[in-house]
Amino acid sequence: MPRRVRLGSPFQLLLLACSFALAAYAGVRLLAGDWFGVALWIVGAALLHDLVLLPLYTAADRAVTGGLGATGRRGRTLYVRVPAMLSGLLLLVWFPLISGMTAGRYRSATGLSPDGFLTRWLLITAVLFGGSAVLLAWRVRRAAKHRPPADH
Amino acid sequence: MRDHSRLPTSPGFWRSPLRGPWFTSVLGLVLLVGITVLFVTGLVSYAAYNPGLSRVNDMTPDKGVLGFYLFAWPTDPVWLYRLTQGVHVTLGITLIPVLLAKLWSVVPRLFTLPPARSLAHALERISLLLLVGGGLFEFTTGVLNVQLDYVFPGSFYPLHFYGAWVFFAAFVAHAVLKTPTAVRAVRQRRQERNDLVSPRPAAPTVSRRGALGLVGGGSLLLFLTTVGQSLGGPFRRTALLAPHGTADPGGGPNGFQINKTAAYAGITAADTHEDAWRLVVTGRTGTVRLSRAQLLRLPQHSASLPIACVEGWSTADQWWRGVRLRDLAALVGYDGDPPDVLVESLQRHGAFRRAALRANQVADGRSLLALFVNGEELSPDHGHPARIIVPAAPGVLNTKWVARLTFGDL
Repeated sequence: MPRRVRLGSPFQLLLLACSFALAAYAGVRLLAGDWFGVALWIVGAALLHDLVLLPLYTAADRAVTGGLGATGRRGRTLYVRVPAMLSGLLLLVWFPLISGMTAGRYRSATGLSPDGFLTRWLLITAVLFGGSAVLLAWRVRRAAKHRPPADH
Repeated sequence: MRDHSRLPTSPGFWRSPLRGPWFTSVLGLVLLVGITVLFVTGLVSYAAYNPGLSRVNDMTPDKGVLGFYLFAWPTDPVWLYRLTQGVHVTLGITLIPVLLAKLWSVVPRLFTLPPARSLAHALERISLLLLVGGGLFEFTTGVLNVQLDYVFPGSFYPLHFYGAWVFFAAFVAHAVLKTPTAVRAVRQRRQERNDLVSPRPAAPTVSRRGALGLVGGGSLLLFLTTVGQSLGGPFRRTALLAPHGTADPGGGPNGFQINKTAAYAGITAADTHEDAWRLVVTGRTGTVRLSRAQLLRLPQHSASLPIACVEGWSTADQWWRGVRLRDLAALVGYDGDPPDVLVESLQRHGAFRRAALRANQVADGRSLLALFVNGEELSPDHGHPARIIVPAAPGVLNTKWVARLTFGDL
C-alpha cells in the first residue's frame, strides 16, 4: 500500500509557491537569451562549489591538520590555515586579474598596467605567511623561556 | 564505526566540531542584512540608468513589473551614485568569505536522506538550488564583470538584473523560513543541537568564535584591499588588488581613472580633429552645427563632479568646464524649459554609444558639455573634443566624444 504524500506546513507551501512564481517571472527573462548557458552557469555554480571547491579546500585543510598532527603539532594548524585561507581567498576573487587572463582588454580599456596584480598578490601572500611564521617563532621562544629548567 | 561514515549521506561523515546552529545562524544573519543592502543598492543602480526614459538606456526592455519602482534619478547629492554603487560592489566583495563560510556550514544538508520528508520540504530543497545557484551566479557575474572578464553567457546587465530577482525570490522565502530559528539560536547561550552538529566531532583546532574571526578577517582583508578604488585620492594606493586601485593612468590634470580609452572605443585623431569635428544640436527650432571654436565662444561654466562607474570604482571630484546643457537646449528653441536629450557619441560600437538624459538632468546648471577638466583641455581618453558630465549620473551616461545632441521629449 503506497503511503500518502505528506504535504507539510501550508504556510511554507504558500510561501514557496509565491517565491517560485516570482523566480519564474524573472527566470523566463533570464533564460530568454542563451538559456542553456545560463542554466548551466546557475546549476554549475552550485555543483562546482559543493562538489569541487568545498571538497578541495576541506581536503587541503585535513592534509595540514593531519600532517601537523602526525608530528604532535596539531595545535599549530592555525599558523598555516590563516595565511593560506586569506591568500587563497584573494586569489579566488581576483583570479582574472592575478592570472592575467584579461590583461589585454584591461590595458586597452583602462589605460592601466595589468602587470602588478600577480606581484602584489605574491607579496601579500609572502607577508601573510611570513607574519604567521614570525608570530609562531615568537610564541615558541616565549613558551621556552617560561618553561621551568627541569624540562630541558 | 568507519563503515557508517564513509558516505557523505551519513551524519558521521562530517567531522568538524564547528558546525552547528549558532555558527550557521550568525553567518546567516550577517548575510540577511548584507544581501538586503546589495539587493537595494542594485535596484538603485538600475534606476540610476533611467531605463524607463528611453530604449537606448534600457538593457532589459522585457523587465515588465520588475521595474515597478523606477523613478527619475536625481542630480543631488553629486556623490549619490558614487556612494550607492561603491557600497554595492565593495560590500559584495566583502561578503564573499561570509557566503562561502555559510555554504560550508550547511553542506551536510545537501546530502540529507531521505531527500524529502514532505511536499513542502521537497519544494524547499528545490528553492535552495535557486538560492545557492542564484547567489553564486550573482556574486560570480559581479566579480567577473568588474575585472572585465566577460565570459558569462550574455550581456552583464540582463544576467545580473534578472538573476538578482531569481535569487532574491529564493532569498526572501529562505529568510522568512529561517530567520526566527537563527535569531533564537544566536540569542541562546548554550549550544542547541541539530542535524548540523557532528555526532563524532574531531578534536577542535579552533573555537567557533575563532572561526568566525577568521571569516571576519577574510572580509576585512578583501574590504581593505578594495575600498580605496571607491574612495579615491590617497586611498586609491591601498586598493592593492581592486581593478581601479593603486595607480591613476598618467599624470597631470587628465590623470584620473578611465573606463574605456579612445583607442578601445575606436576613436581616432582624424575623427576629433578641429576641421572634421562638429557638434550637431537638434531641437524645436531646427539644427545647429557648432565647431569647437564656436562652443568656446558660448558662456563657459564650471562644476566639480566625480566620475562613478557601475563597476564600483569612482574618482574624487574633478573640476570640469564647458557649456551648460540647458544653454545648448536654449540654442534650439528650449529657452527656460529644457527637455530630455539624446546624446550620441562618435563611438561606432559599445552599448552606451547613445544615451538619454532626463529633463531634470539637463536643467541642472552643473550638467555640462565639458571641454576642459582641471584647467586643461580634455585628453582623448577623457572624451576630447567634448563630453557630457552630469551630477550623480552613472559613468556611462557621461558620454565621451559627443557628436550629436537631440533635445526633445523622449
